[in-house]
Amino acid sequence: MAEDNGKLERFEARINAGEKIEPKDWMPERYRQQLIRMMSQHAHSEVVGMLPEGNWITRAPSLRRKMVLLAKVQDEAGHGHYLYSATETLGVTREEMLEKLLSGKAKYSNIFNYPTLTWADIGVIGWLVDGAAIVNQTMLAKTSYGPYSRAMIRICKEENFHKKQGYEIVATMARGTPAQRKMVQDALNRWWWPTLMMFGPHDKDSPNSGDLLRWKVKLKTNDELRQRFVDITVPQAHAVGLTIPDPELRYNEETGHWEFGEIDWDEFWRVIRGNGPCNKERLAARRKAHQEGAWVRAAAEAYARKHGREPGKAA
Amino acid sequence: MATEKNVPEQDTQWPRWEVFVQEKTGEPHQHAGSVHAPDGELALQNARDVYARRGKVYSIWVVPAEHIVATSPSDQGPFFDPAEDKIFRYPHFYKVPRGVKNL
Repeated sequence: MAEDNGKLERFEARINAGEKIEPKDWMPERYRQQLIRMMSQHAHSEVVGMLPEGNWITRAPSLRRKMVLLAKVQDEAGHGHYLYSATETLGVTREEMLEKLLSGKAKYSNIFNYPTLTWADIGVIGWLVDGAAIVNQTMLAKTSYGPYSRAMIRICKEENFHKKQGYEIVATMARGTPAQRKMVQDALNRWWWPTLMMFGPHDKDSPNSGDLLRWKVKLKTNDELRQRFVDITVPQAHAVGLTIPDPELRYNEETGHWEFGEIDWDEFWRVIRGNGPCNKERLAARRKAHQEGAWVRAAAEAYARKHGREPGKAA
Repeated sequence: MATEKNVPEQDTQWPRWEVFVQEKTGEPHQHAGSVHAPDGELALQNARDVYARRGKVYSIWVVPAEHIVATSPSDQGPFFDPAEDKIFRYPHFYKVPRGVKNL
C-alpha cells in the first residue's frame, strides 16, 4: 500500500508536470477503468453515429451532397477504428468492446437515439452535433493519456469539414423556398436541446468528473464546454436567420456569454436509460450488420489460411 | 435480449497489426495506430482505409502486434542509464585551443 501511494504520487506529479501517460506506465486502476469506459463509449458513438446519417445517403439531393455524406460517414467509421485501437492499448480487446455494445451493456452518445426525419436534419447534425463533438474533442486532444490524445488530434484534423458541410446545407436551405426554411428551422428546433445534452449532466451531478479532471483526462467541465458551444453556435444561427428554440436565450454584455434556459433532464435520463425514440432501432441495426458481416470475416480468414498465411502472421 | 447470442460462435475480429505511416519520402515511418486483419495483405488495405483517407501518405508498414518487442517503464532506469554518464559522446566535452574554427 505504501508503495502504491508512492506510485500514485509519482503518477500525479507527472500529470501535473504536463507529461503524457503511455500504455505501459503504471496508472491507478480507476484511471484505466475510466479511460476504457470513456474511450470505448466514444468509439461506439462514432460507429452508431453512422446510422442516422447513412440512412440519408441514397436520398441525398445531389451527387455533390451524396459524395460528401459518403465521405463523412466513412470518416466516422475510421474514427471508430482510431478509438478502438487507442482503447486496446489499455488491455481490453476489440471483441470485448463490441460484445458490450451489441449486448446493450455499453453506452454511446445519446444524440444518436434521435431520428433523422428530413434532409435538413443532415445539415443540422453536421453543424450542431459535429460542432459539439469538436468542442469536446479539441479539449480531449490535450488529455493526459497519450494514445487517446493522438487519436483525438487525428480526428480533430478530419472533422472540421463535417461541421462545414453541415452548415453549408443549413445555410443553403435557410435562403431557399419558404418550405425549405421551415424544414431547416424545424430540424434546428428538434436537435438544439439534445445537442446541449451531449455535454452531459451539470458539473454538480456528474459523478465521474472529479477524478477525470484531477488526472487531466478532461481539462474542462461539462458546463464549461456547453457554454463554449452555445457561445460559438448562436451567432452562426443568427447569421442565416434561424431562431434558437429557447425563449430564455439572451446575451449577457458583462460576461460576454449567451445565457440559456434549463435542459429537460428528465428527457436526458429517459434516453440514457434506453427509452429514447431510436435506442432499440439503433442497436438492432448494429447487431444485424455485425451478424450479417460474420461470413465475410470468416471467409477472409479462410482465404488467408488457404494461401498459407496463418492469421496474424506477416504475409 | 440479453440471453440472445449477439455474436456467432465462430466470430472473429482477426489479429491486431500495428501500423506505421510515412507521409513523405525522406521522413521516418511513424506509428499511427493499429488495425485488425487476417493477413498482411488485408492489414495493408485496412491500414490504407483507416489511416490514409486524405492522401498525404507515401508508404505504410504493418507489423503483427505480437511481434513488437518493447522496453518497459520499469527498466527505464537501469536500461537507459549507461547512456547518461558518457558525456564524451558529445562535442562540448572536448577542449580546443582558442581561435581554431570549423572543428
